[in-house]
Amino acid sequence: MPETNQLIALKGTKEGLTLFINEKCSLEDAYVELEQKLIEDKPKGNDPIVPVIVQFGHRYVDEGEKHLIKNMIEKHNRFSVESFESRVVLKEEALRWKEESETTIVHRVIRSGQVLDVEGDVLLIGDVNPGGKIAATGNIYIMGKLHGVAHSGTNGDEDSFIAASYMEPSQLRIAHYISRAPDYETEGVYMECGVIDKEQDKIVIDHLNVLANKNRRIGTFERRMNHE
Amino acid sequence: MSKAIVVTSGKGGVGKTTTTANLGTALALMDKKVCLIDTDIGLRNLDVVMGLENRIIYDLVDVIEGRCRLNQALIRDKRFEFLSLLPAAQTSDKSAVTGEGMIEIINELKEDYDYIVIDCPAGIEQGFQSAVAGADAAIVVTTPEQSSVRDADRIIGLLENEAIERPQLVVNRIRSHMMDSGDMLDIDDIIQILSIDLLGIVVDDDEVIKASNRGTPVVLEPSKKSSIAYRNIARRILGESVPLQSLEQEKGILSKVKNFFRMN
Repeated sequence: MPETNQLIALKGTKEGLTLFINEKCSLEDAYVELEQKLIEDKPKGNDPIVPVIVQFGHRYVDEGEKHLIKNMIEKHNRFSVESFESRVVLKEEALRWKEESETTIVHRVIRSGQVLDVEGDVLLIGDVNPGGKIAATGNIYIMGKLHGVAHSGTNGDEDSFIAASYMEPSQLRIAHYISRAPDYETEGVYMECGVIDKEQDKIVIDHLNVLANKNRRIGTFERRMNHE
Repeated sequence: MSKAIVVTSGKGGVGKTTTTANLGTALALMDKKVCLIDTDIGLRNLDVVMGLENRIIYDLVDVIEGRCRLNQALIRDKRFEFLSLLPAAQTSDKSAVTGEGMIEIINELKEDYDYIVIDCPAGIEQGFQSAVAGADAAIVVTTPEQSSVRDADRIIGLLENEAIERPQLVVNRIRSHMMDSGDMLDIDDIIQILSIDLLGIVVDDDEVIKASNRGTPVVLEPSKKSSIAYRNIARRILGESVPLQSLEQEKGILSKVKNFFRMN
């Protein structure tokens, strides 16, 4: 069989051992050949289990099929599936990503008792008054004064942050971390941001520069892409 | 074009009723036809401040429930021909007053009056909702205290959802010596937080309480500082541009002399 007609190819790449599944053929044909390949490659003696990345190319594979392939590969105790890679995503998923990565711009004052809850990042042009709350699944940027409560990364994104022109919050929340203002009277700070300090395991307020210094991926979209 | 203005605050005891009475009276002094409505059912006291308690026969709930005509319930002020009060009920069930009922009454009053000033109950429940329902504009009253400013902020947020003009602010009960010493929020702080336009400031004045107890709004005594403040508010509502009152204490002759020498 000529090389180009192979449906399954196992290659070493810089990411590690990658199992390419031809993106044009039917999945059934690929299964047959995969099974064959795996039987040919049956472990002799006690070879270690090798992790592989399964690359689908421009083929969309749903969770059920992924599960099937994973079982098929792993049952021979030769390989373990490290991850599935594909060059395509569902439109709905892409739209969801887009929505979550978009920055919503809001011009208003969040007053006592009001809650602004946003998917993705939020840029507020206005103040958050005491008793008001702003929340986002991504980052929070406030061009104004933050006196109330701000909660970034509401879906659990610990890399998200809260930046404000003037910070005197009653509470800052990032993912599941919560910090509150001290009981003594304090002055607010200008142009600072709240981020999670992993070493101290708490939220710290620091100069805006730390965002650049830590080389954080500020865009939510990039961050999400890397998480997938 | 007549206009209905609701006076509200969220928090109780900051001076809604006093402001309503004085503002209404001040507008009447300027030859406007004014009707005051007390919507604080069960806790009426606008009639007491106006000194009209003993004239009440019918009230707001009677009108809404059709027990009398609107004109029968209106009490004409003893000092002004074109100043009337529609008193609140003292006993009836408050749920009788609905937004629709208020809109109907206000539309009827607009035919005869230039200004309808509505005294709103404290709180943000139904009483507030119906008081605001028929209004074209709102005045938010606050005192220079955190709790009062917080509630005013909440109320402004709720007013923003209503189809009325941007609310305007009256800061009441100012004690200038406490503001100077930093023990009280100063006016700039309050405006910065609430971010609405300032309509007027009223100093804390014993005369206001004395006048309320007498049943003659303080605005009728032209020499008092608080009286001038309320008149200024009324003038601003009529579209005049009036500078804010200075908060400085009246200086004695001695300090005036001192100042004179310092200037040279």
